[in-house]
Amino acid sequence: MLDPVVVGVVVFVLASFVGFELITKVPPTLHTPLMSGSNAISGITIVGAIIATGIENDVVAGVFAFLAVAAATINVVGGFLVTDRMLGMFRRPKREEPE
Amino acid sequence: MSPEVQALLYLLAAVAFIVGLQRLGSPRTARSGNTVAAAGMLMAVVVTLADSEVSWVVLGAGAAAGGVIGAVLALRVHMTAMPQLVAAFNGFGGLASALVAGAVFVAVIGEIETVDMLTILLSVAIGAITFTGSLVAYAKLQGLLSGSPITYPAQKIVNAVLLAGLVTAGVWSQLSQDASAFWLLGGLALVLGVTLVIPIGGADMPVIIALLNSLSGVAAAATGFVITNSALIIAGALVGASGLILTKLMTDAMNRSLANVLFGAFGTGDGASASVATGGQVRTTTPDDLAIALAYARRVVVIPGYGLAVAQAQHQLRAVAAELERRGVEVVYGIHPVAGRMPGHMNVLLAEADVPYDQLLDLEATNALLPRTDVVLVLGANDVVNPAARDDAGSPIYGMPIIEADTARTVIVVKRSLSPGFAGIDNPLFYDDGTLMLFADAKKALADLAIALETV
Repeated sequence: MLDPVVVGVVVFVLASFVGFELITKVPPTLHTPLMSGSNAISGITIVGAIIATGIENDVVAGVFAFLAVAAATINVVGGFLVTDRMLGMFRRPKREEPE
Repeated sequence: MSPEVQALLYLLAAVAFIVGLQRLGSPRTARSGNTVAAAGMLMAVVVTLADSEVSWVVLGAGAAAGGVIGAVLALRVHMTAMPQLVAAFNGFGGLASALVAGAVFVAVIGEIETVDMLTILLSVAIGAITFTGSLVAYAKLQGLLSGSPITYPAQKIVNAVLLAGLVTAGVWSQLSQDASAFWLLGGLALVLGVTLVIPIGGADMPVIIALLNSLSGVAAAATGFVITNSALIIAGALVGASGLILTKLMTDAMNRSLANVLFGAFGTGDGASASVATGGQVRTTTPDDLAIALAYARRVVVIPGYGLAVAQAQHQLRAVAAELERRGVEVVYGIHPVAGRMPGHMNVLLAEADVPYDQLLDLEATNALLPRTDVVLVLGANDVVNPAARDDAGSPIYGMPIIEADTARTVIVVKRSLSPGFAGIDNPLFYDDGTLMLFADAKKALADLAIALETV
């Protein structure tokens, strides 16, 4: 069995290439929603924050976990909401059926 | 739930992020893409909750506080303030990553192996730098701090010393397995975030926000290594790559290197105006003449700059465009990558003013259209339409990609005065034979223009 860190590096490198491929296809018109949306995705660290709340018998770890959950939730909730709000303003061309 | 099933469900969440980003590739599918990514996030959270010993009190309190703050910020922010909001969100993401690694550290201190220590320290350092760096970027964009570069003697040496201290504290943490070295590392990283961003000018903030965006992703990926979770590693890598691409696009559009942006302490902030010698005759026009020129054009290309957004004049612009369209004039918008305060910012501001997205053209599409365009209307833009960037090898902005307004039949520039733009250099376009100047505030000029159009 490979060391999990090595597996992690493999996953990280391959995912970076997927990221480069995907992002180069996003038109400049959508770069701001792309930033706020990808920012919300980086809030995935909320998974780590949730796990950290389970660390027992340590006040410092508890405080850190609380703050981490709060910060990550701001990131996730705020990021996805503001992206949706922005994308909702992008109006379809006139010749097409309005939504 | 077995670890295998859990790992596969995390993979599914990561796939949702990838599909979400893919759908962000077109305005038609972008909104659903964001929803797909959010669903992936929800799934990752549920999978984690289902299989972890969590403290529901800590979790509930943190999630309630964060959820309310995040929702209020997201729903209330003005579109002009989007750059600082994204900067703040980047910062919170970095902070969360650093805190998770910190919590793991205090839980397992004393028996940490070198590789695990490395991932923890990287996560803390990158997260902390992202946090305070984003706070400074926020303060600069919000006007709480001066947009000018804040410089002091031996600035780069101070940063180098801080970085050396950071590395030393990291090595010491591993050798001693002692918390004090770890706290020192965290503190130095927080300071370094501040000292790295304060010398960067307000007009360079698009680059910095994109870079901090990338770092927030890298911090999340580093945390993924700490807790051995592939969803974090994949999501972090995607965001890291995204931020890096946008950083490169922005520095290319400014014709600068990333090193120059980071260490150059360039410019004097917003609306800088150095005095330069001006030369040549300018031809001026009036709102009435402008109305006639526009009303009888077949195609009008509007080139908005940040000045337009500062004046909140995009709504008046939309009213003028609607009247022109009613008369059968084709109106499109040529948008330079650095027209706003973050990548794509101007597009959002115009979308808010109800401009359909198929009228928002990028640099290449605009330049292809301009030689077949009757009237170009330059509103609050300056350096991005300066032909010196193309023609004058001695110009400081030579080589910067520009919107070639001078290739259109008639150029009309609405501007308060002949003062130079951010780069502090004169603009030959203003003295061109095909150029008419309307000296006025953009908002007032557009209001006058709307009235004048009624009588044409």
